[in-house]
Amino acid sequence: MSPDAVIRVERLCKQYETAAGAVPALKDVSLTIAPGEFVAVMGPSGSGKSTFMNILGCLDTPTSGSYVLNGKDVGTLNSDQLAQLRNKVIGFVFQGFNLLPRANLEDNVALPLVYRGVKKTMAATQAREMLEKVGLKGYRNSMSNQISGGQQQRAAIARALVNRPRLILADEPTGNLDTATSREIMNLFTRLNKEDGITILLVTHERDIAAYAKRLVQFVDGRVVHDGAVTHLEAAPA
Amino acid sequence: MIGPMLAEAWHAMSANRLRTFLTMLGMVISVGAVILMLAIGRGAQFQVEQSVASLGSNLFMILSGSSTAGGVRLGGGAAPTLTLGDVQAIAELPTIAAVAPTVPGGAQIVYGQNNWGTQVLGTTPSYLEVRDWQLDAGYPFTDSDVRSATRVALIGQTVAKNLFGEEEPVGKMIRIKQSPYLVIGLLAAKGQSLDGRDQDDTILVPVTTAQRKLFGTQFQGTVRYIMAQATAPEAMAGTERALNQLLRQRHHLQEGADSDFSVRNLTAVANTAAETARIMSLMLGAIASISLVVGGIGIMNIMLVSVTERTREIGIRMAVGARQRDILLQFLLEAIIISVVGCLVGVILGVGGAVLANKITETAVVITLSSVVMAFLVAAGVGVFFGFYPANKAARLKPIDALRYQ
Repeated sequence: MSPDAVIRVERLCKQYETAAGAVPALKDVSLTIAPGEFVAVMGPSGSGKSTFMNILGCLDTPTSGSYVLNGKDVGTLNSDQLAQLRNKVIGFVFQGFNLLPRANLEDNVALPLVYRGVKKTMAATQAREMLEKVGLKGYRNSMSNQISGGQQQRAAIARALVNRPRLILADEPTGNLDTATSREIMNLFTRLNKEDGITILLVTHERDIAAYAKRLVQFVDGRVVHDGAVTHLEAAPA
Repeated sequence: MIGPMLAEAWHAMSANRLRTFLTMLGMVISVGAVILMLAIGRGAQFQVEQSVASLGSNLFMILSGSSTAGGVRLGGGAAPTLTLGDVQAIAELPTIAAVAPTVPGGAQIVYGQNNWGTQVLGTTPSYLEVRDWQLDAGYPFTDSDVRSATRVALIGQTVAKNLFGEEEPVGKMIRIKQSPYLVIGLLAAKGQSLDGRDQDDTILVPVTTAQRKLFGTQFQGTVRYIMAQATAPEAMAGTERALNQLLRQRHHLQEGADSDFSVRNLTAVANTAAETARIMSLMLGAIASISLVVGGIGIMNIMLVSVTERTREIGIRMAVGARQRDILLQFLLEAIIISVVGCLVGVILGVGGAVLANKITETAVVITLSSVVMAFLVAAGVGVFFGFYPANKAARLKPIDALRYQ
């Protein structure tokens, strides 16, 4: 438990209020992630792993418990400060890519820079650099809905990287991709983790995707039931 | 920050061209309607106010009374009960600024080949003062002209045009009822009176000349009516009482007997007309303003649809670091652009429509800069006001709810 952990959550609970009453999604989750870790989060549908990721990504708020991100207690921050965290500290990669459909790739990747107040020409240059880094050099003027799923996800990763975040949160990033493309994306994540030291947290329900990570956290019914090195993967129940 | 946001707003608006256009059209029509209605209303008001001003200010008209002859009651002015002596007595009242007797009559005027039938008014020099009437050329006749009943005349613009055409009238001799008169002055244009008469179609001569040489009334020294001007608007009521008292006394009327004259407050009548015009102008503006609100509601409606349609987009933007105020500004900017552009086009159409209305129907229109600026500001304000609610709704979405929205 190093004091400079990127993520530290303690006794995190999340309940959804529905017509049938409160449904618990997370029960007492405690977890610490150190800088440079590459963590895979697995679990069956409804186990709370996506809810967990959304809370870590400052998109959702927990019902109780504490979450310290990058040394800041997220529970005490206002919406502007949360927006700033999402902008600068976290890069989020979604299963559905979530690119803006009417904009080209360069504008999509530059979006976080715009909200940070970076000048237009500067933002465009940095966006082009990032597109090059994820292997989309010639695609900056392509519209996001006119390229393949793999290319879209690369663009989304470029967008997540453009503000040089400490942490990348990826919620089933390969869920909509074929095996070969999935492998390319995972290689990209591995490279970012190794070469740039970016902490990566990745939700998946495919074992061979999880195998790219170094640490595996398994959720069942809103609780962490397994937390260890990825070598234990074969022994763990899916 | 504003640069990319403007580009973004442009992008979003051009993605739904027809919708943006229709929303703008609401603004265009409402602003155009407000400006057009204000121009027409102000035009009518202006016309009435000009007529009122042409009458002169703080005016009383004293008419000689009716007469009854063998059971037949003739109208006001039929019996010549007012005299020049009455005029002199009125002039001595402290709250009277000027007073002028008038002896009107119709006559045929001849100059060279031309002739023209018009109204000839016998009066004194103070008539010009009472009616606030200037001369364009020449000089007015004087009290000595009145005393000696000289044959001099001041002619109105319409008379001058019909008799002299382009010729200079001052110094020429005209014939009124066969007798020669010297034109010594040309009256300035006064335009239409409140009841639509052409006030410039008249000739002024000394009252004594009219009495003795032109109309030869059966009762020497009487006048048809007297125009009197009070010193101030506040003195009107007191002056009216004083006039009644003075004339009843001079005419030896018993307590309880009907007056053989009547005093009319012309300014009150004129002010009522002006007030009516003002209210009409206000009402036109008010009715048109309702369309502004309707246009605003149109903007609000479209922005609400837009926010709902783009909920996921809002979620994405929030996920990469957009703050609430960024989202607020984005949608507010769209509403502002729609309303401001709509307003500008509306101003052009409104002003154009007013000019066109003036050309086609010859309605008086008055377009003031202040009314245009006001219509523009109010409409733009309406756009911002009605755009704020949807924009705020978008900004207050929780990121996760916005992202999950299908």
